[in-house]
Amino acid sequence: MLAWTIYLSFLGAGALTLLPKENARAARWVALAVAGAGAVVALVGAAAYPAGSGLVTVVRQSWVPALGIEYYLAVDGISLTLVVLTGLAAVSGILFSWNVDQRPKEFFAFYLTLIGGVYGVFLSFDLFLLFVFYEIAIIPKYFLIAIWGSTRKEYGAMKLALYSFVGSALVLIGVVAAFIVARTHTGVASFDLEALAAVPFPVQFQCWAFPLVFIGFAILAGLWPFHTWAPTGHVAAPTAASMLLAGVVMKLGAYGALRVAMVLFPAGLHFWQREVALLAVIGIVYGALVALVQKDFKFVIGYSSVSHMGFVLLGLATLNEIGVSGAVLQMFSHGIIAGLLFGVVGRMVYDRTHTRELSQLELMNLSRGLPFAAVTFVVAGVASMGLPGFSGFVAELQVLIGAWGAFPGFALGAGLGILLGVAYLLRTLQRAFFADAPVSSRLPKAAPAEFEPISMPERIGAVLLVGATLAVGLYPRLLLDLIVPSVVPLVQGLQKGAL
Amino acid sequence: MRGVVAYLWLIPLLPLLAAGAIAVLRQPQRALAARLAIGSLGGSLGVSLIAFFSTLGAAGPGEAERVYLNFPWFELGGATVRLGWVLDPLAAAMAVMVSLVSLLIFIYSVGYMAHDENFTRFFGFLALFAAAMLGLVIANSLLLLFICWELVGLASYLLIGFWYHKPSAAAAAKKAFITTRVGDLGFLLGLVWLYAETGTLLCYDGGNGCLEQSALAGLVTQTTVAGLGVSTAIGLLIFCGAVGKSGQVPLHVWLPDAMEGPTPVSALIHAATMVAAGVFLVARVYPLMDADAANLPGLSTALAVVAWVGVVTAVFAACIAVAQTDIKRILAYSTVSQLGFMMLGLGVGGVAVGMFHLLTHACFKALLFLGAGSVIHGVHDEQDIRRMGGLRRPMPITFATYAVGMMALAGVPVFFSGFWSKDEILHAAHGWTVSQAPFYLGLLGALLTAFYMTRQVCYVFFGPNRGGQAAATGVHAAADAPRATDSTATNHGRSPHESPPVMTWPLLVLAGLAVAVGFVGTPAWPWLPAYLEGQGATFAWGKLFAWGTLGTMLLSTVVAGVGIGVGWWLYGRRPIERAADPDALERWRPEVFGLLRAKFHVDEFYEATFIRWHGRWAAGCAWVDRWVWGGMVLGVGLVAQGLAWLSRWFDEYVVNLGFDAACERLTQGGGWTARLQDGQTQNYLKVLGVALAVLLLLLTWGGSS
Repeated sequence: MLAWTIYLSFLGAGALTLLPKENARAARWVALAVAGAGAVVALVGAAAYPAGSGLVTVVRQSWVPALGIEYYLAVDGISLTLVVLTGLAAVSGILFSWNVDQRPKEFFAFYLTLIGGVYGVFLSFDLFLLFVFYEIAIIPKYFLIAIWGSTRKEYGAMKLALYSFVGSALVLIGVVAAFIVARTHTGVASFDLEALAAVPFPVQFQCWAFPLVFIGFAILAGLWPFHTWAPTGHVAAPTAASMLLAGVVMKLGAYGALRVAMVLFPAGLHFWQREVALLAVIGIVYGALVALVQKDFKFVIGYSSVSHMGFVLLGLATLNEIGVSGAVLQMFSHGIIAGLLFGVVGRMVYDRTHTRELSQLELMNLSRGLPFAAVTFVVAGVASMGLPGFSGFVAELQVLIGAWGAFPGFALGAGLGILLGVAYLLRTLQRAFFADAPVSSRLPKAAPAEFEPISMPERIGAVLLVGATLAVGLYPRLLLDLIVPSVVPLVQGLQKGAL
Repeated sequence: MRGVVAYLWLIPLLPLLAAGAIAVLRQPQRALAARLAIGSLGGSLGVSLIAFFSTLGAAGPGEAERVYLNFPWFELGGATVRLGWVLDPLAAAMAVMVSLVSLLIFIYSVGYMAHDENFTRFFGFLALFAAAMLGLVIANSLLLLFICWELVGLASYLLIGFWYHKPSAAAAAKKAFITTRVGDLGFLLGLVWLYAETGTLLCYDGGNGCLEQSALAGLVTQTTVAGLGVSTAIGLLIFCGAVGKSGQVPLHVWLPDAMEGPTPVSALIHAATMVAAGVFLVARVYPLMDADAANLPGLSTALAVVAWVGVVTAVFAACIAVAQTDIKRILAYSTVSQLGFMMLGLGVGGVAVGMFHLLTHACFKALLFLGAGSVIHGVHDEQDIRRMGGLRRPMPITFATYAVGMMALAGVPVFFSGFWSKDEILHAAHGWTVSQAPFYLGLLGALLTAFYMTRQVCYVFFGPNRGGQAAATGVHAAADAPRATDSTATNHGRSPHESPPVMTWPLLVLAGLAVAVGFVGTPAWPWLPAYLEGQGATFAWGKLFAWGTLGTMLLSTVVAGVGIGVGWWLYGRRPIERAADPDALERWRPEVFGLLRAKFHVDEFYEATFIRWHGRWAAGCAWVDRWVWGGMVLGVGLVAQGLAWLSRWFDEYVVNLGFDAACERLTQGGGWTARLQDGQTQNYLKVLGVALAVLLLLLTWGGSS
């Protein structure tokens, strides 16, 4: 049934192209209905998945028998978590782009294609199929940014596309090499992830193939120093696209790094473990520091994504159960929280004020002009700081505990990143919303600007995302019961493979 | 007791529900908001009292009886993370204190915040704070404690910045949050380490908790860097959290700035409860702090650090308090100093000594802050003590209760609680075998306390009323001036007045407590220390006159007397006439006074070092991102573009040109050959004739040879 998340999205995209050109309303509703149906399927699928039942096949068909390529979709707890995330992000992204009136039907068609590709990646257990979906997800991103974006959109779109394709190229080389080595070793030609994971690749081979594939995927997860596409891409993207970019596309990279690079080449990971963790921690601290001095509201959030995704990569690099399950939970948590932050910045604020310069926003008295946006941003900011009660706390705590077991020094660095996170969020929060032109201030006191009130779709979207992060933060078992039983055998396999 | 623990969660839940309900109220529903908050706190107080009484009968020999209730929260790796509640004398006493003081301050706030437009939101935040604080108190899991700890910090942030339209308040809120988070980072890492070592964060769990013997024994045997025991290292990391939250040196800078919040907030959060959470935390993890010195209780390295940090803070902050002119800032530095005393008490004397001072201090410091609030309210938002004076006549209740609080804080003997609790600390410091320095420093701190409180009371309540005058144009006066911009403009012609009953009643109740609470811990009847340690207390007059006890008591009496005497001599005898007059100390030693006035320049020091470095780092990273990584990408792009241009050029001028040239040659050649076939018969015939002639000639010549 879960395969319908993919089909629905592609069918929806196809249906949108058939709609009359000017009917924006119909386009929106169709998109919302399709994304909503996808989210429902994802949620039902997650609820129906019996906890701890390992890998459950959804569809398995032979596709290119000569090369052992199959159309093979399956789920475990990790992919289900991300499928649910995709469903929530897709729905809220549409709610936050209710006001798109420039070529709406193309916009939503690209949007749904992207979503379909993302679902596909998370559900594929055939490496070739995964790669195909991965490429399907990259192309609509380019158009979404280049056509509907702002602020150097062509530059941002091109940078993103180039980075993605360089990453894909690296992945492709590694994948093909793995296929050939596996075939010479076992004599069986297969792209089946499980079969490939069982192949004992020579350590020498793993040591060069791992960084290739890992970096190829991790570029998309914002691995420092390959992160620079992220802030510019996020800033250039229209609201919904930046929500998706931070919310799910960056997860594609992290997911690929875990599912392909780590699972296929555990000895390679073991060899490069310290370097990966180091890059992750540098990313955490560095992203937070850069966020601290940004003048553009959206750049702050863009760099905060780099910092938070560093936790995911650090968790993966710990190579222990706690760290890896923390990393998976952090993927979900960051997806929700970053989506919310981008929603506030891009839709609630930028679409009304037409500026993202903090120095301009300071004069606008936004906490009074847009109280709902202010409150939402406070909640999202608090969640992003990793305060208890929200999903980020549970996730980052697990990553820290895991990292402490593997490299205590790096745990300290990551802790520093959390501290800096508080600093840049408070700075941004106060400057953007609560810098009411004070009595003693020399700034000219702006007339309380009249803004179009926050619309109902925005409210629903915000409530949906806040609810998700709160629910997971207060009752982490909602997801951890899915994640942990899948992570534990996976990590044990990795540890065994690393020896 | 067992029955009660099952309902312990009601204590934090009631205010939490109230906070949730208030969050959905509309701005004008003020009375309902206040009722919800006060009612829920009343409920919490009731449950706390029931819990407290249930622990009373349980006092037996040895350790205090303790019941707890743990429940699973989520799976972590292969293990289950559990949270829980605990009911022991420490939690019960603290819960009663927190809910009682909170209740009184909530009631007071109804009067104090009556004219505030965001009254409803204020009560929502207050209720949220109370919920988190009470959760912290009854937590049986260090993780749950940390969670509540962070929520308390969040509530504090929201309340300090409540008047966020004042830039100073917004800045103070941010500073408070970030500074305490510096300490929290240590706390969190301590927890992570503790979890990595023991596999649990439950304090008590039937012998498997992290504060119980089996876990501690394992921690003590290991050492980490520099020969430090693991238990000591973890203890010190956790203590970092306490240093941040309780405003100990060097993280004290946020607490005085936090006075930008409304005064009830200062009283509740930044005097009585939240800042004491650090002390409570140390008391809660005392077994861990003390684990290192199993044979010599109270002499572990971690506790020595606690004691030294405490005593340095106590004296340092007291010095600064001497030279401040803002009524709330004096009290804030006094709070920092008294928290230092509590830490000293914990370090040298154990849980009971520190907690006793915590409980008495909560009563009299809340009283002093609420009194200060009443003064500020009465003189129309003036906070500079130089522009007050002579208020004892228009504000008799405030004055009387304030005087009680002042005497309790200054340590006036016998009748005031501060005397007994501070005396316990000094007595314990005297008996500390490591060093005698904390004892003498503690005496110095007590002397300064008596002195600055006398100075403050003289400025505020005695002498002529200096309301509405411009204050001294000293070096630092300018810094204080903007805060009172409204009041100087509007104060003229408005005389000070007493506050309404809704504000004075809590003052009276707290004044009663500030006197009474001391008597539960006198040397003659040390009921509270015995209760906290789970022992029975007996009444014995004789203990009061034992030599060591009486000696310390006499000494601290003398010290308090000297402090008050000198204060009166300098400030009470001849009160300043005009607000612009220099301070008595300033006349005597302007440079020393200036240094104290400037708070030893700690803020400037941080500003010039950490914050600037930090800014540079951040700017540096941003620069690197833009020019190095961005540059590299751009460079790669440019190189690619250059190559593209090169190819294009090559294509255009070499390949293309060559092609074109070849084509041209071809056409040219074609042109020439085309001339051969231009279709003109004469030409053909001409060529034919010529060719025939040539052929004939060749044949004839060839044939001849």
